[in-house]
Amino acid sequence: MTQKKFTFGRAVIYLLLVLLCATIVIAFWHLMNLSLSPSHIATRGGLLLYPREATLDNYARVIGNRYIWLGYKNTLIRTCIGTVLQLFFTAMGAYVLSKRFFPHRTFWTLFIVFTMFFSGGLIPNYLLVKNLGLLDTYASMILPGFISAYNLVIMRNFFQSLPEEIEESCLIDGAGRFRIFLQFILPLSKPILATVALWLVVGHWNSWFDVLIYISDDTKFTLQIVLRRIIITGSKEILDTSAAANAAEMESVVSSEGLKAACIFVTTFPILCAYPFVQKFFVKGIMIGSLKG
Amino acid sequence: MTSTVLSHSRRKSAIARFFSSFCGYKKHLALTLMFLPVLVYFIVFKYVPMSGVIIAFKNYKISRGIFGSAWCGLDNFTKAFATPTFVRSVQNTLIISSLKLLFGFPAPIILALMLNEVTHAPFKKTVQTISYLPHFLSWVVLAGMFQQLLSPNNGAVNAVLRDVFGVKDSIYFLGDNHYFRGTLIMTDIWKNVGWSSILYLATITSIDPALYEAATVDGATRWQCTRYITVPSLVSTIVVMLILNVGSIMDAGFDQVLNLYNSAVYQTGDIIDTYVYRYGLGDMKYSLATAVGLFKNVIAFVLVVGTNLIARRISGEGIW
Repeated sequence: MTQKKFTFGRAVIYLLLVLLCATIVIAFWHLMNLSLSPSHIATRGGLLLYPREATLDNYARVIGNRYIWLGYKNTLIRTCIGTVLQLFFTAMGAYVLSKRFFPHRTFWTLFIVFTMFFSGGLIPNYLLVKNLGLLDTYASMILPGFISAYNLVIMRNFFQSLPEEIEESCLIDGAGRFRIFLQFILPLSKPILATVALWLVVGHWNSWFDVLIYISDDTKFTLQIVLRRIIITGSKEILDTSAAANAAEMESVVSSEGLKAACIFVTTFPILCAYPFVQKFFVKGIMIGSLKG
Repeated sequence: MTSTVLSHSRRKSAIARFFSSFCGYKKHLALTLMFLPVLVYFIVFKYVPMSGVIIAFKNYKISRGIFGSAWCGLDNFTKAFATPTFVRSVQNTLIISSLKLLFGFPAPIILALMLNEVTHAPFKKTVQTISYLPHFLSWVVLAGMFQQLLSPNNGAVNAVLRDVFGVKDSIYFLGDNHYFRGTLIMTDIWKNVGWSSILYLATITSIDPALYEAATVDGATRWQCTRYITVPSLVSTIVVMLILNVGSIMDAGFDQVLNLYNSAVYQTGDIIDTYVYRYGLGDMKYSLATAVGLFKNVIAFVLVVGTNLIARRISGEGIW
């Protein structure tokens, strides 16, 4: 082939790609060094390319905080329960709508798809959750977005590609539709279930707005909201409850910049760890999503 | 005479067919029961709030409830449009969305084209893995990162600008109205460019390699291959994505703005969604906020459905 080993154009392309990745890698690297720095280094500022006078004080303080652990607990609760229930019911609805003989199938599909394009908006949703008495419950983190029309349509398309003949032979053998769904359809659909499950997990892990508006009980705050409290609202009281008395002393030991950076790393740690391994499944997922309906 | 009898019997059979179609639910009772929870969910959590938009036409009082509150016609809408902060939020939404479209839309296409030129497979894989990463972090996390990196006092970006590029005054990226929109665009690209390039890369890999072979035999350079084979093959994907992006122009990025903005940059950064959030849930102006939300949702709905129809006509595929 006439593939030249090295040309000027290609060098520019490699350089630009390296630059793009550098902005991402250096941003995280700098932040990690910041989280390992004592306050006098962190407040001086500048780009930290290596840890100077590394200390784990910031992490000790973050990990020693009750709200971080509560946040982990609450995030895990909503992620586990939410993902399992949502996956099951989305698949069930998708299975029904994948049956061409189901009455008014087109109407029901449109009925569901319509909600993708039009919604009541923030206030009616808030009032609904409030009137149902769901404020300050875990249900308010799971129920309002329980079934995504998009996920349902994607699953429906997958189920439609499964052969109906085998199901019919199951029916003749006396199995009900629900049993066929549990014992035949679900095991056959592992790839699509895994993809949607990953989307749901990441969605729950990163979700914060529902907690912001529906939850005021701080023992039910998820990680994202604890982090938001510390970083964006800038309220350090959530970290300072135990140390209010010797706050000045604490300030001299740990910088708030380093502390915030440590919080970011503690909350994103599971994602950063899992990311390299699950990344390829997401890439496959995006291709499933772009299939024709 | 005969024709009326015929049409009558035809109508009758249509009615009969309509009713007999409901027998299907009984026939497929198991499926109907399986569908029921899904149906209940969509009615309760999607369609009930849709009917809740009537408070946009009422003067909502918590004590009287949604149905007990007095009607007030279009008062909430006229009130909103008479408010300069609301008009400003509409302008900001359109400006920020358009800028994101202008700069953020071509970015992943360029990235995909550049990645396509990379022949060193491990390098390509590394670039992809790294550039997809920010997509998986929430705007809360990223806002925390950017607050630190872009700080005017001790942020790393200002330090680099000062020490490497000789910029004298540090820039307050998140607190200066001159820079805030630019910061939104840049951070949005930074987060999404890698992830959005996947679709284009996939389209590129589906191009028949015989085209490139024939072109190189005829003496085409890499640039000519890109210009005359890769780009034309991408055009339909680009057009569809562009149309779909135009359809969501009313969404300027609520998560991003709410986490990055502050009162100093409301003038350039306050969008419709953040306006609804602040006035609706912050100031409890439920009716006004619902009216504003409805205004936005109706326009967005018309845009999305319209652009989808166009995208379908062009490529034979839409998003549903």
